[in-house]
Amino acid sequence: MAAPESLVYERPESFTETPTHYCPGCTHGVAHRLVAEVLEEMGVTNRTIGVAPVGCAVFAYNYFDTDFVEAPHGRAPAMATGVKRVLPDRVVFTYQGDGDLASIGMGEIVHAAARGENITVIFINNANFGMTGGQMAPTTLPGMKTTSSPNGRDVESQGYPIRMSEMISTLDGVGYCVRRSLHDPKNIRLAKKAIRTAFETQVRGLGFSMVELLSTCPTNWGMTPVNSLKFVEEHMIPAYPLGDYKVSEAIKQVKI
Amino acid sequence: MAKELWKGNEAIAEAAVRAGLQAYFGYPITPQTEILEYLSRRMPELGRAFVQAESELGAINMVYGAACAGVRVMSTSSSPGVSLMMEGLSYIAGTEVPAVLVNVMRGGPGLGNIAPSQADYNQAVHGGGHGDYPRIVLAPASVQEAIDMMGLSFDLAEKYRMISMMILDGSVGQMMEPAEMPEMKPIVERNWDWATNGALNRERRILSSIYIEPAAEEVANLRLANRWKEVQANEVRYKEYFLDDAEIVVVGFGTAGRVSLSAVRAARAQGIKVGLLRPITVSPFPYEVIDQLTGQAKAFLVVEMNMGQMLSDVRLAVRGRVPVEFHGRPGGMVPFPDEILHEVQRVNGANLSVQTDPIDGWLARMAEVK
Ligand SMILES: Cc1ncc(C[n+]2csc(CCOP(=O)(O)OP(=O)(O)O)c2C)c(N)n1
Ligand code: SF4
Ligand SMILES: [Mg+2]
Repeated sequence: MAAPESLVYERPESFTETPTHYCPGCTHGVAHRLVAEVLEEMGVTNRTIGVAPVGCAVFAYNYFDTDFVEAPHGRAPAMATGVKRVLPDRVVFTYQGDGDLASIGMGEIVHAAARGENITVIFINNANFGMTGGQMAPTTLPGMKTTSSPNGRDVESQGYPIRMSEMISTLDGVGYCVRRSLHDPKNIRLAKKAIRTAFETQVRGLGFSMVELLSTCPTNWGMTPVNSLKFVEEHMIPAYPLGDYKVSEAIKQVKI
Repeated sequence: MAKELWKGNEAIAEAAVRAGLQAYFGYPITPQTEILEYLSRRMPELGRAFVQAESELGAINMVYGAACAGVRVMSTSSSPGVSLMMEGLSYIAGTEVPAVLVNVMRGGPGLGNIAPSQADYNQAVHGGGHGDYPRIVLAPASVQEAIDMMGLSFDLAEKYRMISMMILDGSVGQMMEPAEMPEMKPIVERNWDWATNGALNRERRILSSIYIEPAAEEVANLRLANRWKEVQANEVRYKEYFLDDAEIVVVGFGTAGRVSLSAVRAARAQGIKVGLLRPITVSPFPYEVIDQLTGQAKAFLVVEMNMGQMLSDVRLAVRGRVPVEFHGRPGGMVPFPDEILHEVQRVNGANLSVQTDPIDGWLARMAEVK
């Protein structure tokens, strides 16, 4: 007799039925799922308002079963500020790429963090502008080829990568700021825990929270999904060390 | 309530509070800063949201977020700051959420100066941000009018799910005048059926300005066009002075209109049949009343504190049937009643043609002034 079937993996309830538009092997989908699982586990789906960016995640609002707004490129933290200030008992998060957050939206993210806005930022660092076809981002590694650094990023003329988590963690308004990676199951589990802690920071009113996630862009990196996971491990992590950049004392006490 | 002495900018701030302003986001810039300063004290005192944003980009996107949450929200700025807000305004318009913006205009282009100006008429009325979108624009000429228009701005913005802007020049913002404040209105929870305020006991909602299918974007654009027709039919507002038998019609908004009124009175005393039309809504523009006045007028004189922006709208209404003349003081200059009187006298005595460009004559006369 066959063993009775048991369901071990299903769509989180915070997700809609809509299939995502992400390229095969892209870790945007993984990051989405982690956020959805956390919202469901915390039981906050029906009082969450998401703020979508401009970037590959522009249609994030199609996938999460929560209220959503869609911000101009880079302005999600300002929009989230507007939402949170008038609805302080709701859960408000932005989901932003590295072009969105670290290039055009540098002003908005830094000041939202400095003001200690009680919002959560999910920051997808894939070292390029995915949506527009793989141009250089502020996070592109030195020597890395993109469509706008065809000979590899030349730091002499094109500047150096920006390490956002390190920068943001210097601000007093920040309660929680960590960097994780999505390149293997162990790190994915750690990323989920960090996302949970970030949202716990928010619901406890403990300040600004951000989780930076090292992510892949197999399409624009011109790699197979497997090789791009390796690239994250071998090249991204050395440039963007994983770690807890700021965990305020109050959050250290929180047991999840 | 009794009249009190109010400074324009502070009066605007208090009037907004009394109209039920729930959230304010702004950034300092002269000659508007007193609004921000006043609200930095007043809003927290009432437990309402106030943030001094990192820039006008930040401010307008905070407005956008709060507008999506369905509350009464406003920002205020002056010309260079309003330019920075244009991206956000376009998104707000595309998302069809109500928001109020006040532009206390100053001399430009560029950093220009901090003197009173009306040079942002075209930006406010005809565009500014990208894409096709209408917006309501009110133009007060006194502190009292600015107060009265604050509540109206919120009502119109919400009624039509549209941006409602108030444009005034720095002199109205900075001047002290006796004015009457309305009663404090209680905050009304409006529970809009479109607001993204958390899907508690209802289906989730999305607010965005994206219509990735051009056919759907066209439908959205046409919806805005049809709504604008409604605004045009119902919301045109203007003030008329001495127009019953006027043969010369002066058209001016805001301070230029107010100064023109003194000139019109002086000309009347000299027996010149002149009247004044002062648009209150410069968008929707009072085309129809100008069209009707064209039947009785032998000429129009447009007076503005810019290089002739509303002039184009007046000419569109007049459609070449009678001459339209122009007098403008750009760059932060305010015309004196005397110089407008002189213009009225000139128009009254001249044999004008409908063929000439009013700007040519104006530039020639300005060259003589120098
Ligand atoms: C004001 C403005 N400038 C430029 C663009 C074009 N644009 C769209 S997405 C994007 C970059 C997105 O990159 P990133 O934030 O890293 O997101 P990813 O697609 O990599 O997830 C750019 C430049 C835009 N939409 N708006
Ligand atoms: S372009 Fe890159 S970031 Fe965008 S969906 Fe494809 S793989 Fe993911
Ligand atoms: Mg990117």
